[in-house]
Amino acid sequence: MKDEQKGAPRNTGPHGAPRTMPIQSATFSNPVNAEIRRAAATGIYDIRGGGAKRKLPHFDDLLFLGASMSRYPLEGYREKCETSVTLGTRFAKNPIQLDIPVTIAGMSFGALSGGAKEALGRGATMAGTSTTTGDGGMTEEERGHSNKLVYQYLPSRYGMNPDDLRRADAIEIVVGQGAKPGGGGMLLGQKISDRVAEMRNLPKGIDQRSACRHPDWTGPDDLEIKILELREITNWEKPIYIKVGGARPYFDTTLAVKAGADVVVLDGMQGGTAATQDVFIEHVGQPILACIREAVRALQDLDMHREVQLVVSGGIRTGADVAKAMALGADAVAIGTAALIALGDNDPKWEAEYNALGTTAGAYDDWHEGQDPAGITTQDPELMARFDPIEGGRRLNNYLKVMTLEAQTIARACGKNHLHNLEPEDLCALTMEAAAMAKIPLAGTDWYPGKPGTSY
Amino acid sequence: MQTFDLEAEGLRALNSTLHAQAANTNQTHWEIVNPKGSHAIAVGLDAPIEVNIKGSTGYYCAGMNKQATVHVHGSVGPGTAENMMSGMVVVEGDASQYAGATGHGGTLVIKGNASSRCGISMKGIDIIVHGNIGHMSAFMAQSGNLVVCGDAGEALGDSLYEARLFVRGSVKSLGADCIEKEMRPEHLTLLEELLERGGCDAKASEFKRYGSARQLYNFNIDNAY
Repeated sequence: MKDEQKGAPRNTGPHGAPRTMPIQSATFSNPVNAEIRRAAATGIYDIRGGGAKRKLPHFDDLLFLGASMSRYPLEGYREKCETSVTLGTRFAKNPIQLDIPVTIAGMSFGALSGGAKEALGRGATMAGTSTTTGDGGMTEEERGHSNKLVYQYLPSRYGMNPDDLRRADAIEIVVGQGAKPGGGGMLLGQKISDRVAEMRNLPKGIDQRSACRHPDWTGPDDLEIKILELREITNWEKPIYIKVGGARPYFDTTLAVKAGADVVVLDGMQGGTAATQDVFIEHVGQPILACIREAVRALQDLDMHREVQLVVSGGIRTGADVAKAMALGADAVAIGTAALIALGDNDPKWEAEYNALGTTAGAYDDWHEGQDPAGITTQDPELMARFDPIEGGRRLNNYLKVMTLEAQTIARACGKNHLHNLEPEDLCALTMEAAAMAKIPLAGTDWYPGKPGTSY
Repeated sequence: MQTFDLEAEGLRALNSTLHAQAANTNQTHWEIVNPKGSHAIAVGLDAPIEVNIKGSTGYYCAGMNKQATVHVHGSVGPGTAENMMSGMVVVEGDASQYAGATGHGGTLVIKGNASSRCGISMKGIDIIVHGNIGHMSAFMAQSGNLVVCGDAGEALGDSLYEARLFVRGSVKSLGADCIEKEMRPEHLTLLEELLERGGCDAKASEFKRYGSARQLYNFNIDNAY
């Protein structure tokens, strides 16, 4: 009777016979059932940010071998380990020179507050790297505070104009995003403030869905001509990036190079700052680990590796991730979610408010709703006032500095005097999946699944 | 008048010469000969000059135009006057797909017919077409005016925002959330001004107006719970 009083299931039957334990279904799990109930109540799919939350093969499944008898390491702090990178060497008159190979990914004003955009600009500029606009046009906050600013050219063309094109340092043509390859953006009415509405030329308060295809070109042959137009408008000065989601990286990279890209930006499914349907985030696209080697292979087949630079993103968190991405052949990486966390997003100090929103610090992903307690992904003046752009900039700079030092630590341990000299040979894989995806031998072997000459 | 032989001197020289024209330039009249369907002719202009193109053009003629008047004495390829900010673009012949796409301002006049997706995502531009327009025109059009003296193809104004569409002839079908709306006196006044600007002799009273039903502005959520 004691169990009954607590409301817990009794573990014995009427005659004292043992009962079966209540077992939760792995298929119809509690989160799955909760989503079914939510869908049944509202009639609309779940929209969120935060990228794929499922466990995926990732950089954590790779290790560096380090130097020993057959390789010698470089002295930490004393011997040089360069981190600079130049993007846009193929056609642009003015390539972008960055001090560190970690850039800030595209996040829109609208999705982020003006103060958050300013903080990204401040931190990135102090660290010697670039920031990127997003699906909402270029603001004075970010242009003014970003020494190097990449201007995104998106299907919606919100706020697109030739003056901002000319005052950008590079142009990023967005074909897709890792969180939603094949999908367009979403911004709910709560965030379409007067200023956001004016910049996007939209009615205030609407639930805005951006187009998924560009309005005036279709396919790589058209894109080649579109790039010609953009280069002519900007007098061939600006590097032109093409951003693709992790879909078919070999072909996507090949076609981006064919279309005339100076830089290919490749975003895996962990790429998190884009709001879209949960079903899209979790079920479309590939993890970045599976994409990098295929993109590099495409560049190598075209004899364009290092001539067309490769920037990868989607789940980059640490200097180890940076070093691993570069060892796989990337020239640089981009961070979005990690940068927001550095600014203070999902900080446990707001736990009570996250709870009030039905979530918890670390799991908050409804950035598109504009109620961010940290004041970063909102247009609410009271919430925005909580965020200090100068302090945010300091924090981002510190975080970028740590990532760079970590990547250098690893590169020196592998005997490399530039992060670009890291190579696949420096790595081993911990799992069969990672070995196959990254084409890196499984630890303790000289083999990975699919290695040429090893199939039956 | 300055004459520029595109075939002899090349696209890069043309656009950089036109870009070099200051707001107070004395070289206000330009004639481009031998365009031969080249892409990206006279793109990114930003001066009150008049450019006459003697022949037909390829993709993105007069793209992102500001201030300038670009007059094409021929037909134009896809994306003509795309993302125009201000100024005027006149096409004597026909226009291919996406004419005036995403345009923020200025006036685009097409004296022949326009193909599909005319005025797609337009954001303030005025487009006046003397002939017919193709399917999916004014898709997601945000603001500005599209005037069609002939007929419109399928799915006119699908997912329309606040752009105004005026069609004199038939409309094969309306896209999602696009409806016929009442023509009030202020619309007749506006349309008369647009027709005059576009050099049309059509009467405003012969047109019907189409606009957004505004039913797609917010997600359809069942709030019964």
